[in-house]
Amino acid sequence: MVFALLKYGLNRHYPRVHQFPKPRDLRPSYDVVIIGGGGHGLATAYYLARDWGITNVAVLDKGYLGGGNTARNTAIIRSNYLTPEGVRFYDESVRLYKDLSNDFDMNIMYSERGHFTLAHTDAAIRTMRWRAEVNKHFGIESELIFNDDIAKLCPQLNLSDKARYPVLGALYHVPGSIARHDAVAWGYGAGAAMRGVDIHQRTEVLSVTREGVNGTGGRVTGVLTNRGPIACKKVIQAVAGASGQVAAMVGMRLPIRTIPLQACVSQPLKPFLDKIIVSGSLHVYISQSSRGELVMGGSTDPYSLYGTRSTLDFKEGLMAHMLELFPFLGNVKILRQWAGMTDMTPDFAPIMGETQIENYYIDAGWGTWGFKATPVCGKRNAEMLATGRVPELIQGFTYRRFHDYNQLGEKGAASVGH
Amino acid sequence: MKILNCPLNGPRNISEFVWGGEVKEHPALDCTDEQWVDYAVLENNTAGVVREWWYHVPTAYWIIAERNTVTDEIIRTYPARELFKDRVEFPAPAVKP
Ligand SMILES: Cc1cc2nc3c(=O)[nH]c(=O)nc-3n(C[C@H](O)[C@H](O)[C@H](O)COP(=O)(O)OP(=O)(O)OC[C@H]3O[C@@H](n4cnc5c(N)ncnc54)[C@H](O)[C@@H]3O)c2cc1C
Repeated sequence: MVFALLKYGLNRHYPRVHQFPKPRDLRPSYDVVIIGGGGHGLATAYYLARDWGITNVAVLDKGYLGGGNTARNTAIIRSNYLTPEGVRFYDESVRLYKDLSNDFDMNIMYSERGHFTLAHTDAAIRTMRWRAEVNKHFGIESELIFNDDIAKLCPQLNLSDKARYPVLGALYHVPGSIARHDAVAWGYGAGAAMRGVDIHQRTEVLSVTREGVNGTGGRVTGVLTNRGPIACKKVIQAVAGASGQVAAMVGMRLPIRTIPLQACVSQPLKPFLDKIIVSGSLHVYISQSSRGELVMGGSTDPYSLYGTRSTLDFKEGLMAHMLELFPFLGNVKILRQWAGMTDMTPDFAPIMGETQIENYYIDAGWGTWGFKATPVCGKRNAEMLATGRVPELIQGFTYRRFHDYNQLGEKGAASVGH
Repeated sequence: MKILNCPLNGPRNISEFVWGGEVKEHPALDCTDEQWVDYAVLENNTAGVVREWWYHVPTAYWIIAERNTVTDEIIRTYPARELFKDRVEFPAPAVKP
């Protein structure tokens, strides 16, 4: 370390590490084609290569690697959901996240902060108590606390009963964390590429070819891209906001609406807030990044759109509520704003697993909650592609639940009004 | 501020309206469970021009808008009665003795 520092400190040419090999031509065929090079697609490729030795794999992205919602989220990681299916699933993801920096040998800046979901009504207190009990049952640190404890843990918060919607209590989740979202995509991408996976950027899937089509069924034989056709044995789609459009290529209709979610950051401030604060009723969530910027988001847009524009309505609503919680931020300026296209399901739970098509799998319905699921999705998707069996942990997320009138009702999801 | 032209109230801020999703054809009343899922749960989620329900909250008035879901351009708005001319009769459920 010291010698390296001396050697390269005096040398003008620091050896650059090329984590991603130069783009190659498409091979005519792959064992597995992954549509979508966001965190979910890249993590799936990584675990396929690392844990199952399956490396004849292509990740295809129409844009650049990790440029979709993976690049746009507010990076909150937690497992204090409401349904047993959700709690067990996100808990595995949090555990995987904790080791990722070591796995990648690259700092994803995983930072455990403590996560507060504020309650402003009796109904919300009831839901928090319910969530806390479900969480504790599964061994997750999560409890309902009231204003005396909130004041000790987060003295910055305005707990006055003169506010328009006074805080009555909070669900407190110690393991709630944030991480650097881009690093997660790069770590998975570099780890997959290093093990032989082909990552093809600016490669858009235009259609999916099938044989033995009988209605919506049949078998996939390959995909057609803007760079030519690829034959393959198995396909999984992980395209977030484009889920409905890609599923339509195999004749599937999904219970998904594409709705923008906006976010913004403030100018950098001295560190003053180490906790993550969320209020479902006020449609606000806020945390301070390691650069000092306040990372802020609200609820999804009021209507569907395949676009990433920002609106004044969003900022007005968000800021009005945020100033109730932190009145002293009144003069702070917004630095950047953006949006992502979220794939919203009616029960706020994802859609994973098999489809009516024999060798076509799906990873969709990640809405406003899918960044925290990136590792567990990768791991379990890889297991499913390698073994041909749907892991028990994700069986509850089958698309068939909508046809069986058996939706999940994940009221622990963020950025959605309940 | 985005403006939506209400056929009843004229141009209004879009925040006065609630989005009701794409206009879909109602299945027959004796449809199968699968057809009902198709109608009630599954979405076309079209990227392009769609026909949608919108509700003006202050006046409790449902309208139909044609909107481009890629450019967010509102092309045309009109009262729902232009599409739905006839009253839909729901027969009373048979009472079992
Ligand atoms: C503002 C915002 C804040 C969020 N905050 C959080 C949060 O705090 N915590 C949390 O857990 N989640 C959060 N989310 C949700 C989270 O970002 C997503 O659920 C998650 O990143 C989805 O990852 P993905 O890999 O499935 O999709 P993406 O990262 O969107 O990747 C999909 C990729 O598919 C590609 N693609 C699409 N169509 C095609 C095609 N035809 N051919 C080839 N490639 C195609 C796209 O180019 C894209 O790169 C937030 C989302 C937004 C927008």
